[in-house]
Amino acid sequence: MRPNLSKAGLPKIGLFSGLGLTLKTLVTPVTTQQYPHVKPDLPPRTRGVIALMEENCTVCMLCARECPDWCIYIESHKETAPPKEEGARARTRNVLDRFAIDFALCMYCGICVEVCPFDALFWSPEFEYSTYSIRELTHEKEQLRVWMDTVPAPPELEEGAEAPKEIADGLEAARKAAAKAVAASAPAAAEPGAGGAAAPTTAAAQAAPAAPAEEDIHVEVQIDQEVFDALVAEGKSERVARSKAKAAYVRKEKARIQAQRESSG
Amino acid sequence: MESLAALDIVWLGLVLKIALVVVFFLTVPLAVGYMEHKVLAHMQARNGPMEAGIGPIKHGVGQLVADGIKFIQKEDIIPAAADKWVFALAPGVALVPVLVVLVAIPLGPGVWAEDLDAGIFFALAASSVTVIGILMAAWSSANKYSLMGGIRAAAQLIAYELPLVLGAAAVVLQAGSLSLVDIVVAQQEYAVFGIPMWYVLPQALGFLLFFISSLAELSRPPFDMPIADSELIFGHMTEYTGLRYAFFMLTEYAGMVTMSALVTVLYLGGWNPLPGIALPEGALGALVGFAVTLGKIVALTFVMVWFRATFPRLREDQLQRMSWLVLIPLAIGNIIVTAIAKVVG
Repeated sequence: MRPNLSKAGLPKIGLFSGLGLTLKTLVTPVTTQQYPHVKPDLPPRTRGVIALMEENCTVCMLCARECPDWCIYIESHKETAPPKEEGARARTRNVLDRFAIDFALCMYCGICVEVCPFDALFWSPEFEYSTYSIRELTHEKEQLRVWMDTVPAPPELEEGAEAPKEIADGLEAARKAAAKAVAASAPAAAEPGAGGAAAPTTAAAQAAPAAPAEEDIHVEVQIDQEVFDALVAEGKSERVARSKAKAAYVRKEKARIQAQRESSG
Repeated sequence: MESLAALDIVWLGLVLKIALVVVFFLTVPLAVGYMEHKVLAHMQARNGPMEAGIGPIKHGVGQLVADGIKFIQKEDIIPAAADKWVFALAPGVALVPVLVVLVAIPLGPGVWAEDLDAGIFFALAASSVTVIGILMAAWSSANKYSLMGGIRAAAQLIAYELPLVLGAAAVVLQAGSLSLVDIVVAQQEYAVFGIPMWYVLPQALGFLLFFISSLAELSRPPFDMPIADSELIFGHMTEYTGLRYAFFMLTEYAGMVTMSALVTVLYLGGWNPLPGIALPEGALGALVGFAVTLGKIVALTFVMVWFRATFPRLREDQLQRMSWLVLIPLAIGNIIVTAIAKVVG
């Protein structure tokens, strides 16, 4: 067994560069977060726990059936409500008695949140609910409702996006009511001006606060190339730039049409 | 009456010496252990212990005290197949020699328990007894891993005791004394061409050999094959629990301290703050000298921890080859050169 020094090699500079690296790491500040003292810096949409908006639940059982782990327990009973109008049929309604999720079984896949058609289940970033006993991990609807308060608000809609259906419907109804009120208060003046362009200025001014004129303008969406190029040059991703450019185009177009209308009418 | 007073002073001196050694022995290894916890952690981009503290001071300063209390509470398990008496005695046999070595080491001007005429050989001989404790633990554990670890420890001791002693012998040649106190005093006055310096410069090769060999003696990484946890679980400590295990850990840290103290005394000028600068006389000088020695010991243990964080473990055959084919020839050459220089110069 002759030692092969040329093969084994003599110690080289690597030994010292290793020492240098450990010394550098020694003086570099550690990025560890001391968890119980410092709360972790979680992303806003962290999937920590599933919260229940009890008021929205209709006991449709979709979540319980889709759950791959069968960890959602739902119990309910039917209640009969008296008919709204005389002679009509009595209405039945499901009332939620128990809604529990066993987080010892749950695998946090989020399918229940996905399938819920009534927006009753949400992801909450809350994660500090470990227990000493596995049985305590089954959380009832009261606790799930408490977690609902920690759910972050839904993300803002982009500028120029269509209003959500519920809000759009509400606005439409308000506009109709306002128009009705105007029509009732000034029937003589309104009748000849039903065509729109000749609408009396007083009525239009009254209706304006309830329904801004901008809502009526429909614009075919296009990309504002200038804004798009500027945003891309700024370093924004193409997806973001595209949507912002669309919004900018819609804004500009609406302003233009409105200005046109004001000058013509 | 006179003899009584003398007796009084002898007793007082003895008590003070014992107190010095025991207090030093119990506090400095703890401080070094804490330093290892923190330095190793930060070298690996971790925080290390952060919670246990003394009063409002946190950052894990009380971690080793807490560990000690935990070790005391643990069940003292002796394996059924173990050789009970040997098994029970082994941690003590490993620990006591390290304590005994401290007796001979001068920590400051006038601050030493005993100035032995053959201090360096007493220190090296006593520190080698530790391996008997390790062998006892390894054999009596009735565990294959323990036995292999013990045999590796013994083989390592034989291989590295030689460069250690030969390295120290060159210093003894240069200083012209075996007494550790005399070696420190000799360095105080030592100068080459009028430039005052410690033995670390003329004996640079010996210093390297001695330091590397002391790492191997202590089974510190990168020479920790006897306790290599990835192959031998924990070598001779595999079967130990509780207080007896804590004794082995204390042996390791105390060994680091005594070996660093020996290196300080032999090569780094002992209690001298800088080459060519003398300490003030009296109690102040003793205190400053003690602090300087402590500082040097901590600096050397820091280097040991630094090596542990940086270098991977060697293979057993590489370790043996390095000692017999590299370190020992170099050490003998170093002695020859030193002897020639001593005679000519």
